[in-house]
Amino acid sequence: MSSAAVRVTDTSPRGKMIAGTLVIAYALLTMIPLVWIVATSFKSPPDSISYPPKVLFEPTLEGYVNLFTTRSRQTPEYIDSLGPPATWYDSLVRERNMVITGESRFAGRYMNSVIIGFGSTFLAVFLGTLAAYAFSRFRIPLRDDLLFFILSTRMMPPVAVAIPIYLMYRGLGLSDTHLGMILLYTAVNLSLSVWLLKGFVDEIPREYEEAAVVDGYTRFQAFIKVVLPQMRAGIAATAIFCLIFSWNEYAFALLLTSGTAQTAPPFIPIIIGEGGLDWPAVAAGTTLFLVPVVVFTVLLRRQLLRGITFGAVRR
Amino acid sequence: MSAAALIGATKRFGDTTAVDAMSLEVADGEFVVLLGPTGAGKTTTLRLFAGLERPDHGRVTIGGADVTATGPAERDVAFVFQQYSLYPHLTVYENLAFPLKAPGRRMGAAAIRRRVTEIAELLRIAPKLKNRVTALSGGEMQRVSIGRALVREPSLFLMDEPLSSLDAKLREDLRVELKRIQRDLGATIVYVTHDQLEAMTLADRIGVLSAGRLIQVDTPRAVYETPADITAAQRLGSPQINLVPPAAMALDCPAGAATAGVRPEDIILVPGRADTRDVTGGATGGVTGAVLAVEHFGVETVALVEIAGRQVHALVGPRADFAHGSPVAATVRPGAALFFDSSGVRL
Repeated sequence: MSSAAVRVTDTSPRGKMIAGTLVIAYALLTMIPLVWIVATSFKSPPDSISYPPKVLFEPTLEGYVNLFTTRSRQTPEYIDSLGPPATWYDSLVRERNMVITGESRFAGRYMNSVIIGFGSTFLAVFLGTLAAYAFSRFRIPLRDDLLFFILSTRMMPPVAVAIPIYLMYRGLGLSDTHLGMILLYTAVNLSLSVWLLKGFVDEIPREYEEAAVVDGYTRFQAFIKVVLPQMRAGIAATAIFCLIFSWNEYAFALLLTSGTAQTAPPFIPIIIGEGGLDWPAVAAGTTLFLVPVVVFTVLLRRQLLRGITFGAVRR
Repeated sequence: MSAAALIGATKRFGDTTAVDAMSLEVADGEFVVLLGPTGAGKTTTLRLFAGLERPDHGRVTIGGADVTATGPAERDVAFVFQQYSLYPHLTVYENLAFPLKAPGRRMGAAAIRRRVTEIAELLRIAPKLKNRVTALSGGEMQRVSIGRALVREPSLFLMDEPLSSLDAKLREDLRVELKRIQRDLGATIVYVTHDQLEAMTLADRIGVLSAGRLIQVDTPRAVYETPADITAAQRLGSPQINLVPPAAMALDCPAGAATAGVRPEDIILVPGRADTRDVTGGATGGVTGAVLAVEHFGVETVALVEIAGRQVHALVGPRADFAHGSPVAATVRPGAALFFDSSGVRL
């Protein structure tokens, strides 16, 4: 028998191995669709629809080139008459007897998603932080009713409000504008943001602000210097939730945007229609679409995991 | 000139009156300890001084000026909270510098650094200045907390049970240190506690609170020896004062006395029954009791004696030895007993 102390709460090595195997298996299972999408984005069109599906293939950037360009089919004679291809993507396209005729609208749509997604996230978190602080600290008439009212905006299914919002937006000239989409997503996210952040403010003892106020700070300065830094983890978590919603939102974007302010989610399926069944291009669009949320989450991960350090106060 | 005063201050929270028409004057350089059980209004009294609560009636003055309507930031007071309330996102240095960086103060960076270092040395936390406060021990945190009050040299310090969350040894160390610092700086402190030992050792004057009222304000010795009423008598002394009907201890009592209070150290125990004669042939006097328990604390021994159906604590010599259950004759040191009328007021 080994003399090393074994705590009764420790899992046995075998138990650990079984648990580990299960977790890894489950992770792999859930990763398959993601991996398949990323893989498809690097396949050539024939590889992407080959049967049986190819797991090993020769990677190409054709999907990405197709995603960002519009092309037209030409005769080999015409292509020969053009002289040598100027860039690597020109040559890639010419192998398929096509020439690049211009840029696709994907980059613009993607920028729309970035502007609207991050814009509405910022607004929702900014307003939510102020509202949450007020709800947590001030004596507000009808406070509980107001909080419930804010939450109730989330209860109706989007379908139920789609037509009124559509008509309202048309009347106000907000249809297909960045401002309109930012306002809409902010409104939807605000309930989540107020409720989540209020919980975080409630957790911060009032003594901190009182100490700061006695030390010669105004209430607002105390909020900025003392409360806000301690809300960091909460703000990060709320921002991630808000971004994921507004970034992925499809129904309202499809209904309210068509050109100027169209976001990526309603645009990506259109690619199928434009270039035949160009699965690598669709997969490339989806892959690029996933990147910002993943990066944002990874960047804020430390804030999320940091744990809420209320260690300096004994409750 | 009084450094600070409450004048007939009343504070209500809904139906409960936390502080009831309280008047308290604190002299310059004085250490006043407010002593009372939980819910007596101690913390609310401090918060009235700090401006964190506004009185419903009455006035608050600091340094002779009426500050009843002034916000906490303009009152030039420092508050040490019961919980450490250090900012967890800042280092020890930043915590100590925080009050000095307040917008109204306009202190230079070099002056701040000098002052913080000075205070850190005074409180022996200088090596920890770069640490995050969350990495400190309880005693260190509370030192930083006190330090954050000291850096500013305010006209009034308010301390709300600053030592209550520390273990006994640390509490004792910091208590001694706090008294030293207060003497050195000549600081004016209003200090809240429910620990009578802290009150006795720290205070120039003790204010005994009960149910929002100030029962008595006097030197620790005066409160101990001549308490205003039963509540004040019970607040000080460990073990507590013995409260018995005067007849039970065979005491000569003034008219109207309903209760007699006898401090444990004023009871003299002699082995044997009260009606027997001792070796010198004199009467032992007093009343007979039975020893229930004897507790040896080293410097003192406390015997728990049952007299006329009541349990009474008596302080006996450190080497006294009483067998459990043995009879003892108990007498009260002449003139030491306190008498209270039926409403609890001392006669």
